[in-house]
Amino acid sequence: MTSIVKPPVKHPSLPRNALGLTRRDYEGAMSTLCAGCGHDSITAAIVQAFWELDVPPHRAAKMSGIGCSSKTTAYFMKQSHGFNGVHGRMPALTTGANAANRDLVYIGISGDGDSLSIGLGQFVHAIRRNVNMLYVLENNGVYGLTKGQFSASADIGSTSKKGDENEFPPIDPVLLALSLGATFVARGFSGDKAQLVPMLKAGLLHNGFGFIDIISPCVSFNDHVGSTKSYRYTREHYQELAPVDFVPLRKEITAPAEAGAGDAMSVAMHDGSVVRFRKTPEDYNPRDRDVAYRHLRDHQRRGEIPTGLIYINERSQDLHTLNKTVARPLVELPYEELCPGNAALQELMEEYR
Amino acid sequence: MDPTDVRNPQYYHKVVDCQWACPAHTNVPEYIRLIAQGRYTDSYMLNRMSNVFPGILGRTCDRPCEPACRRGRVDGKPVAICRLKRVAADLRDEIDDRLPQAPAQKNGKRVALVGAGPASLTVANDLMPLGYECVIYEKLPQAGGLMRYNIPAFRLPAPVLDAEVDAILDMGVDIRYEMPVTSLKALLAEGYDAVFVGSGAPRGKELDIPGRWDAKAQIHIGIEWLGSVHFGHVETISPRVLIIGVGNTAMDCCRTSKRLGGTDVKVVARRSRPYFKASPWELEDAEEEGIEIVENHAPKRFVIEGGKLVGMEFEQLEWTEADGKQKSKVIGTTVIPCDEVILAIGQDNAFPWIERDIGLAFDPKWDMPVVDRTTFMSTRPGVFFGGDAAWGPENIIWAVEHGHQAAISIDNHCQGVPVTDRPPDGMNLVSAKLGMHAWSYHNDYNPSSRAKMEHEALVKRFSDVAVEVELGFTPEQTAAEVQRCLNCDIETHFTSTLCIECDACVDVCPVNCLTIAPDGRGEADLRARLSAPAANPDQGLYVSAALPQTGRLMVKDEDVCLHCGLCAERCPTAAWDMQKFDLIRAVAGGLEHAI
Ligand SMILES: Cc1cc2nc3c(=O)[nH]c(=O)nc-3n(C[C@H](O)[C@H](O)[C@H](O)COP(=O)(O)OP(=O)(O)OC[C@H]3O[C@@H](n4cnc5c(N)ncnc54)[C@H](O)[C@@H]3O)c2cc1C
Ligand SMILES: Cc1ncc(C[n+]2csc(CCOP(=O)(O)OP(=O)(O)O)c2C)c(N)n1
Ligand code: SF4
Ligand code: SF4
Ligand code: SF4
Ligand SMILES: [Mg+2]
Repeated sequence: MTSIVKPPVKHPSLPRNALGLTRRDYEGAMSTLCAGCGHDSITAAIVQAFWELDVPPHRAAKMSGIGCSSKTTAYFMKQSHGFNGVHGRMPALTTGANAANRDLVYIGISGDGDSLSIGLGQFVHAIRRNVNMLYVLENNGVYGLTKGQFSASADIGSTSKKGDENEFPPIDPVLLALSLGATFVARGFSGDKAQLVPMLKAGLLHNGFGFIDIISPCVSFNDHVGSTKSYRYTREHYQELAPVDFVPLRKEITAPAEAGAGDAMSVAMHDGSVVRFRKTPEDYNPRDRDVAYRHLRDHQRRGEIPTGLIYINERSQDLHTLNKTVARPLVELPYEELCPGNAALQELMEEYR
Repeated sequence: MDPTDVRNPQYYHKVVDCQWACPAHTNVPEYIRLIAQGRYTDSYMLNRMSNVFPGILGRTCDRPCEPACRRGRVDGKPVAICRLKRVAADLRDEIDDRLPQAPAQKNGKRVALVGAGPASLTVANDLMPLGYECVIYEKLPQAGGLMRYNIPAFRLPAPVLDAEVDAILDMGVDIRYEMPVTSLKALLAEGYDAVFVGSGAPRGKELDIPGRWDAKAQIHIGIEWLGSVHFGHVETISPRVLIIGVGNTAMDCCRTSKRLGGTDVKVVARRSRPYFKASPWELEDAEEEGIEIVENHAPKRFVIEGGKLVGMEFEQLEWTEADGKQKSKVIGTTVIPCDEVILAIGQDNAFPWIERDIGLAFDPKWDMPVVDRTTFMSTRPGVFFGGDAAWGPENIIWAVEHGHQAAISIDNHCQGVPVTDRPPDGMNLVSAKLGMHAWSYHNDYNPSSRAKMEHEALVKRFSDVAVEVELGFTPEQTAAEVQRCLNCDIETHFTSTLCIECDACVDVCPVNCLTIAPDGRGEADLRARLSAPAANPDQGLYVSAALPQTGRLMVKDEDVCLHCGLCAERCPTAAWDMQKFDLIRAVAGGLEHAI
């Protein structure tokens, strides 16, 4: 908590986006998280990403469950839609909201507790269904809100603030997502916005389930020596596997000129934007799930934390495509069309007799 | 890049824009906070320590602090610093027991001061408490200099002036009225240990164009005419008056004319409004009183008919800019009818009473004494200059600052210390933290807009020259205005070894002051790579030492920092702290002491 709210004055030369809005216009309420929490930094990166993408705030929906991480939807885009649901149920809520209105931009914010313990079943099914959303997992290795118990992402041997060692193996959400067929998989670090913001933007535009695991140190309960999710540990073990730039559609014309010769690879998103991989390790291909998986495992064996946009499938088909839903959002259909009455129901039933 | 050295008091001093811009470096934010707490007397005394004449300056100061005020860069209008000073002066209690006193035991040194304007008075103010015997020679029957006989009473009431001048004289200054110094050589022969020349720039500039000497009774020199009004030698003026020139003297002449019977008063300027010398607020006040300001007219001749002045002929000018220089072209001529003319085109120094063979060098080009900019000493050891006498007309606050600096030199000179031996400024830096997110100052931003002071009704104003125009702030206006101050002296103080690079401060800063950036190729390169471009080169850039985890730098652009303390509140390690900065200046006899 701060003693005051952020004053409304802006820097006089703050730039404006295509909608004439400044970054400040994408902010939310004052954060009540602990000072220095990685989650706040991710919030700032999200503000930046939405602002850079020119998303009108009222065309976005922020979904979350329970946890310090889940609270952060209140701290950005105060004009957006939002639903703060029960613990671990954000994926179901988002699936439902997205089913009803496919035209909004969905961002779901979760924690390692929210996603990998109580909400694990929800998480994996959202992946399976390829719900068109950006799923942000703010990963601090603890249940921050309930005062720092180990979460399911805590590494074996990492210690609690009091010194107890964790003995259970961690669930790695990135490996999990890859193995379940996720179509966009990335890992970032709250302390590196230069890497994070382009990945958030790409994830928001990805047609389907975009997943970003973000190491986000809990300053109060998991930033000590012995933690493997502290600021210092993360910085010391951080390996940028596949750094990306995001080139939005409206810049397309200048993109080839900007693209350095050293660019390893460019991937076109379904809306025409381009994700450019600045460099990738030899024999690594972020379009090949098996190769990505192998690289991740190799790094992990060396004790490194691989980050970057790890896997992308630009031909991804989201839930609506798979379901062949009508193009118009269901919320906009006239009631008579959405619910054509008993006669139509009887006709449908006839087909199954 | 080399980290910023914040142990040098001037780094944080510069962040306090108003204090930095004030020639006497008045501690503005602290005096405003004292007003906010209702501690008017303390606020007054704090002011007095730097500027000696808070009541006078709270009404008349040229206020270089206000254009510098950070609030102006934030919401377009600076804090009404000057008029808040007046609030402290108006509402203070008796201060007799808090004024400096002269010791009974004198130190045996005698100093002569020429003229009783603000410069000399400041010297006396600083030297009397140290035991010096100060003798002021004043040409006129009253003390105060131009503050007394040129600044009209409707801007500066006599009781305000009396109180602050007397506070100095009452320490036992030996002031000798109506005793003009006519020979410096003779004065020096009297054996004073030092002489301070604070005789001002007493000569109004002439306008020697055809007709000037043909109707002398109707053509006046501004500062002389204002003096005559002050001493009651002039009580009326004819209806149609032209004022030539558009500086601050012109403003006082035109407004005084309005009170003495002028009904059609025009101020005529050679140039256009952006180039006027008068302060914008004085122009506003004059126009409010129905005075017309005529731009781009150059005087050509006085029109005399039958030995009487009936008008003035002007060339109408058109100004163009070429190669950064303003050039004028005459596009016509015109006659403006009038009954009297007041010339207000500037002042000159005049030292007919200083002999040129006493080892006191004069600059041959300007016929001005050669005076050192730091020590205020002339080329004759023991003779010092200050105020308008030193380098030509300035203003009261500069005269005061000159007085302070000259007093240091005079003290050194009399004590056998080289005048160049001046103690450097010091500082105090104390954390403003009172507890978790509790500060010793009001850190929230107040969105109020600048208070506008009420003025006396026109009819009442014109009834008497002595009716003060500005009525002072109402309590409500004061209460709002003090909160507009951003407390720039509560500095953001950084300890690089504590930073864990969590970005919290960078993210929370409402005005994008902060950036954690990789080192680069010097300041210009860094300035271009910040959260918001640091485009104001007049403002400091704080650069930390390399941060522990990544070796990057914490960079702060001071330009529009609100001193809201959010960076410190969001910092988990207290790497940022809000610390109260106090500049401690050298004064005659040592360092300033807190009030
Ligand atoms: C009309 C007018 C309005 C002004 N308004 C403002 C304003 O609003 N705000 C502001 O900040 N400044 C203003 N100024 C400027 C300001 O008044 C001067 O800059 C300031 O007073 C200079 O102080 P000083 O001590 O150097 O000299 P002065 O104030 O000029 O005092 C010099 C004194 O020396 C005396 N003297 C001169 N020669 C001798 C001699 N040979 N022997 C003995 N005594 C002598 C004079 O009689 C006078 O009393 C104004 C000036 C004018 C002319
Ligand atoms: C149904 C239910 N079970 C348990 C809780 C208690 N609880 C609140 S937050 C939380 C864990 C949150 O951890 P995480 O998602 O990692 O969030 P963080 O605070 O670390 O960001 C738990 C178990 C709850 N609120 N609701
Ligand atoms: S408890 Fe941890 S996760 Fe929660 S706000 Fe504080 S630092 Fe962030
Ligand atoms: S005090 Fe800190 S947070 Fe506030 S404006 Fe200044 S740098 Fe930014
Ligand atoms: S909030 Fe404190 S610890 Fe975090 S980056 Fe800023 S100064 Fe460093
Ligand atoms: Mg957690």
